[in-house]
Amino acid sequence: MTGADNVVWLGTPAFPEAARSALADSRLRTNLRRATGTIRDKRLAVAAELEDWEELRETAAAIKRHTLRHLDHHLLRLEKAVTAAGGVVHWAADAADANRIVTYLVKQTGADEVVKVKSMATQEIGLNEALADAGIRAYETDLAELIVQLGGDRPSHILVPAIHRGRSEIREIFRREMGEWGRPAPEDLTDEPRDLAEAARLHLREKFLRTKVAVSGANFAAADTGTIAVVESEGNGRMCLTLPETLITVMGIEKVLPSFADLDVFLQLLPRSSTGERMNPYTSLWTGVTEGDGPQHFHLVLLDNGRTATLADEVGRQALACIRCSACLNVCPVYERTGGHAYGSVYPGPIGAVLTPQLVGIENAASLPFASTLCGACYDACPVKINIPEVLVHLRAEAVEAKRRGRLLPTTEGLAMKAAGVVLGSPRRLAAVQRLAAVGARLVARDGRIGALPGPFARWSGTRDTPAPARESLRAWWRRTRTPTNDDARTAAEGEGRR
Amino acid sequence: MSGRESVLSAIREALSGVPGSERADDVPRAPVQRVDHAGPDVVALFAERAAEYRATVVRVPAADAAAAVGRALVRTGARSLVVPYGLPEDLVPSGPWSLLTDVPSLTVGQLDAADAVVTTVATAIAMTGTVTLDHGPGQGRRILTLLPDQHICVVRADQIAPDVPEALVLLDPCRPSTLISGPSATSDIELDRVEGVHGPRTLDIVVVEDA
Repeated sequence: MTGADNVVWLGTPAFPEAARSALADSRLRTNLRRATGTIRDKRLAVAAELEDWEELRETAAAIKRHTLRHLDHHLLRLEKAVTAAGGVVHWAADAADANRIVTYLVKQTGADEVVKVKSMATQEIGLNEALADAGIRAYETDLAELIVQLGGDRPSHILVPAIHRGRSEIREIFRREMGEWGRPAPEDLTDEPRDLAEAARLHLREKFLRTKVAVSGANFAAADTGTIAVVESEGNGRMCLTLPETLITVMGIEKVLPSFADLDVFLQLLPRSSTGERMNPYTSLWTGVTEGDGPQHFHLVLLDNGRTATLADEVGRQALACIRCSACLNVCPVYERTGGHAYGSVYPGPIGAVLTPQLVGIENAASLPFASTLCGACYDACPVKINIPEVLVHLRAEAVEAKRRGRLLPTTEGLAMKAAGVVLGSPRRLAAVQRLAAVGARLVARDGRIGALPGPFARWSGTRDTPAPARESLRAWWRRTRTPTNDDARTAAEGEGRR
Repeated sequence: MSGRESVLSAIREALSGVPGSERADDVPRAPVQRVDHAGPDVVALFAERAAEYRATVVRVPAADAAAAVGRALVRTGARSLVVPYGLPEDLVPSGPWSLLTDVPSLTVGQLDAADAVVTTVATAIAMTGTVTLDHGPGQGRRILTLLPDQHICVVRADQIAPDVPEALVLLDPCRPSTLISGPSATSDIELDRVEGVHGPRTLDIVVVEDA
């Protein structure tokens, strides 16, 4: 598997075009504005309850950064602890490896269906599709993931993947599709959220009770004890984690924490940052297998899939500290207007804009680091203090470099920058160009603004109006309006002489 | 090369810039002097926060515990009550409901058909309104508190920890644990909160205080 194939994402159209069509969808924007605004306000309120919120963030960031710097050590400890507790650990270098391992493990049980807990890692590797190719049906059991799956759709938010759907659409999807997958929706199904949730409960309950194999992700794994943590709200996670005979957990290698005690920091930060709650309704912790309680076979699949390449970049590495809370999505002015689909990746929003290009290779996702205003709101919101703007700027440079490598002829942008360098290198040339520009630009400007330009400037001017330059430059104005004193005259003359 | 070796060697290559003098076990920990978020009355805080999660919370003296469990069953009209192994007998109320003991283990079908379950807890967290089960005696297997639609939790006041860190140190990492904050809930449809998707729709918490 090479290039962008290791992560499920569309890649095309690139962000600017995808964003343009998303912006035209006014209902999407209304839904998103309401959702992100609501979660944002709740998050601020519950974060403010902890006076040491900033210290918690610092601690979490420090733990994550340190763990990443010694990742091999902690993963080996985790492997040892999980094995000692009766689990089996597998290592997957890429998506194909992971899919092959999970498919093999499911087939070993003789099952042809699995229930799934919402998990970004399995979405990233396209596990459901890989299982389907092997004749195994995967049922998403998180309500939003179920809506997305039944709708033949893609998630648009890390935390609330079906936020782009309205209640009446969901009702139609349930009525149309549930029967294809199992228990049909009730005839008299309304579009009340309570009714829709009840339909999902009935539809999924029979699957929970019958299915022998479950697949989950992991929010955290403690290296010292081998304990895995999954946080959720609905109880579908608990169903999957405790009812089946076999549990397969697919976990990115960056999710490991040094110790069980570290969970306290992250269990304070994650729910508050993601849903704006003090705690999510259900958190499950388990260590290997427990006789007589829960699955008697437990497999942990440790997934690389581009993470070690990310780890090798000392600036970009910090993106691996992400705990998938989605706080950065909810504060992002770009995400709020375009929604998640425009990013083309299972990881949307600011974190997606730094994570996806690193996982798939910058040359395959060159537009994503530019899908940001660099306003820094994401950095302020991130509970583990990932400096997303820093990584974005770093990746922009990489994208430009990758583009340069791929070209024999200089780009228009490159030529323009070179010309700018020549002009800016000499005050005399700058003054001359400013005079010319003032005259030229005022010829094309209307009402003091320059609109669309022809030729090579069309792409730049197509998305912005530019104020027409002033009649004269600051320097020209200075010379004209300030009567030089003797001292000024001498300084100015010296300055002229140096040129 | 196996997946294991190739991932480990890729990690080591990626981290070749980390100085050898930096020790893996020197993990920066949370500040030793923690800020007390909870204040002096952790029992009141716990009751308030758990109720904010739409759990029904009552505070009773020890002698009234079983009766409080009974009142919770009457309120929902439960007709069968699951009793985990090791639950103190004085917490089991008598009334017009059948008792299902988990010795020998109840089947999935029996649990799915049961109306309610009563358990003790391992610990509780005041700041977040959370009850924590480590599924030891009195708390039952994980499935017991998952399939019946009503979960009644009996919490001794002295089991309430102020905050998450104080509660986690009381847990045995070798046992499975479940942290429960209110009934099952979803906000996936237009962010409207709906209680009871897959887990119990009703969570009753009986806080037992010495009279």
